Amino acid sequence: MPLQVKRLLLVFAIFIGIMLVLKYVLTPDSWREYGPYRGNAIGEIASQQAKFVQKESCADCHDSIAEIKSLGEHINLQCEICHGPGYQHVDDENFKMEITKNNALCLRCHTMNAASPKNIIKQIDAIEHNEGEECITCHNPHQPWL
Amino acid sequence: MDKIQSLYEALTKVDGFIYPNELALNWDMLIVMYPYITGLVAGAFILASLNRVFDIKALRPTYELSLLTALSFMLVATMPLITHLGQPLRFYEMLITPHLTSAMAIFGFVYLWYLMVVLLLEIWFDYRYDMVIWSREKKGFMKFFYKALTLWVSDTSPESRKTDEKIGYFITVVGIPSAFLLHGYVGFIFGSIKANPWWSTVMMPVIFLFSAMVSGIALVMFIYMVVTYLRKQKIDMNALDTIAKYLFYILIIDFTLESLDQIHRIYEADESFDILKILVRGKLFFTFFIMQIGVGVVIPLATLGFLQFKKPRVRIRKLIYWIISICVLVGIFYMRWNVVIGGQLFSKSFYGFTSYKVNLIGGSDVTLSLLWFIVPFFILAFLLWLLPPWKKAPPIEIPED
Amino acid sequence: MAIEKENFSRRDFIKNSSMFAGGVVFASLINPYKFVFATKQPKGKGKWYGIGIDIEKCIGCGSCARACKIENDVPDDPFFFRNWVEQYTITNDERILVSSPNGGIDGFKQPVPDEDIYKTFFVPKMCNHCAKSPCTQVCPVGASFESPEGLALVDQSYCIGCGYCVQACPYGCRYIDPLKGVVDKCTLCYHRLEKGLDPACMMACPTGARVYGDLNDKNSAVSLFLKEHNCAVLKPQLNTESKLFYNDLSQEVH
Repeated sequence: MPLQVKRLLLVFAIFIGIMLVLKYVLTPDSWREYGPYRGNAIGEIASQQAKFVQKESCADCHDSIAEIKSLGEHINLQCEICHGPGYQHVDDENFKMEITKNNALCLRCHTMNAASPKNIIKQIDAIEHNEGEECITCHNPHQPWL
Repeated sequence: MDKIQSLYEALTKVDGFIYPNELALNWDMLIVMYPYITGLVAGAFILASLNRVFDIKALRPTYELSLLTALSFMLVATMPLITHLGQPLRFYEMLITPHLTSAMAIFGFVYLWYLMVVLLLEIWFDYRYDMVIWSREKKGFMKFFYKALTLWVSDTSPESRKTDEKIGYFITVVGIPSAFLLHGYVGFIFGSIKANPWWSTVMMPVIFLFSAMVSGIALVMFIYMVVTYLRKQKIDMNALDTIAKYLFYILIIDFTLESLDQIHRIYEADESFDILKILVRGKLFFTFFIMQIGVGVVIPLATLGFLQFKKPRVRIRKLIYWIISICVLVGIFYMRWNVVIGGQLFSKSFYGFTSYKVNLIGGSDVTLSLLWFIVPFFILAFLLWLLPPWKKAPPIEIPED
Repeated sequence: MAIEKENFSRRDFIKNSSMFAGGVVFASLINPYKFVFATKQPKGKGKWYGIGIDIEKCIGCGSCARACKIENDVPDDPFFFRNWVEQYTITNDERILVSSPNGGIDGFKQPVPDEDIYKTFFVPKMCNHCAKSPCTQVCPVGASFESPEGLALVDQSYCIGCGYCVQACPYGCRYIDPLKGVVDKCTLCYHRLEKGLDPACMMACPTGARVYGDLNDKNSAVSLFLKEHNCAVLKPQLNTESKLFYNDLSQEVH
């Protein structure tokens, strides 16, 4: 074999060797544990903090409100839809939840829109329905019809 | 932060309905540059192999120039991609843990194969003898540098030159399908995206390939003229005429394929046709009809076609070739633009369009794109200084076996 | 010199390479699709998540999109969403108007007076968690993958931010987070699922328009949803094997 070819093959062998070493060194630990990805990534994603604690956690302390709510139309609603995520409040009760009293919050769901199905949700025309009044003067959000 | 600011601006320019996430054009001008530069490489290499493999002797004066052009563009070909990444420093992952079902991951290896095995080797075997000679003539660092380049092989015997010649020929033969692979692959990166009807066509790799050849040939034609002018030498008109002839032929094939693709699209008129029609007639009108087809195809085809029948004086012909090569280079750039940017301007909901504004001042994508287009010319200048084709020893004659 | 291949004859070369080629052909005969969809998990083992959305029940309040943004730290800007709501309005003169102002978080306005409306409805959108997901197929480094439970997840510490998956997703469900420089998408709140909580959007929906569950369990919420309703997926022609099933899906919805 000619000398220049031998030298080239040597260079290529070194290059491929370096690549293989790099591949060995740089491949992450849990690679191909389940498939061609980092298996540890699943655990990392799962370990993220959950921010909404769900109504069962709220009812642990606020049992009277949960009781009232369970009798009304809003029985299936999560507390945190209106009050915001509760993860900080659960750890520290001095961290206050949102208590929004304006009409806009109610109108998120109850505003009149032809696209909203009539049989699913009660809708009002905010301009015609007791204009200028606040929703909460007549409706208790925890028990809208009492 | 600039990016978010410009997205708020873009929000006011949405026509119809787009999915909310589609507002951001993820692939900006840098990704236009990427197939453009890769195409120039493949095209320049094909021109070189026309001389070597297909034995078109008239192209001999541009052989080394084509190879060195291909190499200098090849060295930056991945830079637009890397600088475009959200996490550029993680680029090595593509080579360390390639995901085998991804066209982009395999491209890393196609690129390495082409750079290491085809381009570098072919140039090395072509220049090996000359580098040995130059290493003997030079002093100091340059002597060492040339010696290192020859891998300390100082064999100048006719046998070794014959070996170089034979292996070089073999590499060129391997190099042609490799060049096809390289740029066909770039086409496949786009053509395999079934979510995007503007990209998803089996024609994409073939069209990319032929437009690559067109642009690469035009580039070598341009560089040959400029380099010869700078060296104050006489241009080999025979070589130039031959290049122009091949440019003409391949431009015809390229245009035919692109027309076929569009005609097929128009005739089939599938669900995406309505939105694409509005796209091409509206947002892409200038870049598609005027730049890509007008400047990039019609003008060069008409002029080169005319030159096939009637040859004006050398001075005029030179000027024509010079202008035509620029026209073709501009046209192919806009072809890439229409594919990459055009494919992101319409919503995959088929109900609307987003917009893309080129920030000429301060836009990092434009600055970087320009940089990656200019750098290869500096690399080429360096390579021409290091490995001047005009100082090479005459090729050795190989007797027929 | 380490490389002594003089006696490595041509016959050996042909023999070895044909054995290699034969191996590849044989392997592809056993499972010809393995090379195309390497990420596809065998169905029938463990959980295999699916989602059902009842368009008849969606009131367009945007609670899902809002909850999703809070839960997953999605940027507030009106162009990054893991989850959003679209309003479709088809007029009597057959124009199709679609809108999704800020993903529906701020509510919707009906652009046409009631008497001109032929049909109108809301369509909540989120990741389809396709079984043959085009997005995970194209990820060059395996940062985007399909988990054993059938969720398309992103390993953000490994993602290079090339944006190829954003191009490959036919549903526009991915975006590049401009601050992190990596891609972000719906995980079906995988971190909540693992803690026994419902995904934020499912939890926040006031009308129960969204259900999710294990498709392998024939009594799960989503399996019963599929049994009781005539469901369709988005863009079935692309054969992504989407696992997001819509009840009452209009053909105008893309």
